[in-house]
Amino acid sequence: MSDWLSPEEWTAVRLSLIVATTAMLASLPLGLAVAWLLARGRFWGKSILDAIVHLPLIMPPVVTGYLLLIWFGRRGPVGQLLYDWFGIVLSFRWTGAVLASAVMGFPLMVRAIRLSIEAVDRKLEDAAGTLGANRAWVFLVVTLPLCLPGILVGMILCFAKAMGEFGATITFVSNIPGETQTLPSAIYTFTQVPNGDAGAMRLTLISIAISVAALFVSEWLARLVGRRISVE
Amino acid sequence: MSPVLEVAVQHRLGQFALDAAFSSDGRLTALFGRSGSGKTSLVNIIGGLIAPTQGRVVVDGQVLVDTHAGVLVPKHRRRIGYVFQEARLFPHLSVRQNLLFGHWFAPRAAKASSDLAGVLELLGIGHLLERRPGALSGGEKQRVAIGRALLSKPRLLLMDEPLASLDEARKAEILPYIERLRDEAGVPIVYVSHSVAEVARLATTLVTVDQGRVTACGPMASVMSQLDIAGISGAAEAGSIFEARVAGHDDAYSLTSLETAAGTFQVARSGLPVGARTRVRILASDVLISLGAPVGVSALNILPGTIAEIGQRHAGGAVELLIDCGGEKLLARLTAKSVDGLSLAKGRAVHAVIKSVSIDTP
Repeated sequence: MSDWLSPEEWTAVRLSLIVATTAMLASLPLGLAVAWLLARGRFWGKSILDAIVHLPLIMPPVVTGYLLLIWFGRRGPVGQLLYDWFGIVLSFRWTGAVLASAVMGFPLMVRAIRLSIEAVDRKLEDAAGTLGANRAWVFLVVTLPLCLPGILVGMILCFAKAMGEFGATITFVSNIPGETQTLPSAIYTFTQVPNGDAGAMRLTLISIAISVAALFVSEWLARLVGRRISVE
Repeated sequence: MSPVLEVAVQHRLGQFALDAAFSSDGRLTALFGRSGSGKTSLVNIIGGLIAPTQGRVVVDGQVLVDTHAGVLVPKHRRRIGYVFQEARLFPHLSVRQNLLFGHWFAPRAAKASSDLAGVLELLGIGHLLERRPGALSGGEKQRVAIGRALLSKPRLLLMDEPLASLDEARKAEILPYIERLRDEAGVPIVYVSHSVAEVARLATTLVTVDQGRVTACGPMASVMSQLDIAGISGAAEAGSIFEARVAGHDDAYSLTSLETAAGTFQVARSGLPVGARTRVRILASDVLISLGAPVGVSALNILPGTIAEIGQRHAGGAVELLIDCGGEKLLARLTAKSVDGLSLAKGRAVHAVIKSVSIDTP
């Protein structure tokens, strides 16, 4: 395998997997919380929150990347705070690539989880309450397991989106080999140099393989969970 | 001693106003009324699924709701079991996990390790333990739901039309289990129903609800007869219920004699052993009235009595009468023409000719 791919190409593949996995896991807690608020919450500004969550889905990715650069760059209002207080730098680092792809994948994750929370039968939660479970327990042992298929779907969608994210990433953190050059950026670089076709094709095949694998894993998990939660 | 259950609540739901008060000491208190009369809202208030606009709910001496004192115990702390119309089993858990769900949350002092075995035996669901709820029949689901509620060690068990979504065969399968529950489990039950047959068979105390108000409350037999005379229970199903004891069997004619306070009845041969207790139910439309002792009549069951009450004439021309037979009240339905023709009046001695008698079968 190592003969087939150059070290730089391997680095891009590994970095993409790390960035996408981190983005997926890091946005899960917030994604669950926001999906819960949108599905069950009744508060002023709910539609505004809904719109903000969905913005990255409808805006051009370059715009999202540029806004991230303005806010989260070293001189940006949020970026400056992060650096001064925690010493965290996002711009032109792999962590910035994680942020960019997480923001882009977030609406997809929230949508899937929100739909599955809305599909949970509230009557089952009432029944659990009469059996002595308080709200936290009801959430943990009834609501959460029942929307597990939706959570899995949301995670896979977020992962897939993060694997393919290009515009926001390249705008926010550029295209630095070994630091921020993910698979799509590497493919793009290959298309910009003479005789890069073979490299581009190799990475394209790998990209397809990862996407198909993610799809199969999600199907398999959904079936596994779906069998346990047979609808009454 | 304070009653097991005391309710006095007011609640407003859009156009519908609930204003109900009753108390009960019965082992099985039936809340009876048409659909939409507010029965389910009432049990939801007792169970803590709805907070009433105003009022008080006391179970077993503990105040669960008192809007004046600002008391509203959340549903998970009430220890009131609830069996819903649809079983509401958790689809992601096995039958065993469903059964033990509430048991796990029950206070340690209340539960014993033998609880599960006892409930499995009581409800006949031992063979279902490892199945998933999706693989159960409607009747089995409902029995598991009852077991799940019982294992949460409730102080009171609410059952909201638990048989309504089942067909006749499944109902017949579950009724005996509910009877055993009433007699053996030691948990008072509030049972919501709009079926006269279910109430007649199960209730010890009857509370009738109409348009959000309690119209009657008391021991089953006496409330039932008031109900029928008022024409509330519905044209087709009005009738009387007597407690009975199997006195003997006549194998030559395949008959069983039943002793009641109203007199002895002969019914088709029953499988019940001599001495067994049951209830007989006589539909008002199956009773004829004769002024003298009838002769040459094929009916086996004829009871002497006096007319205790004559009801209002219904729109259809029928009139209901209560006949006092040895202290028990027998309901009869006649046409207004017969009542006038025989010049029936309160206090008049008559004979009731009963065309058919149905008994509870185990």
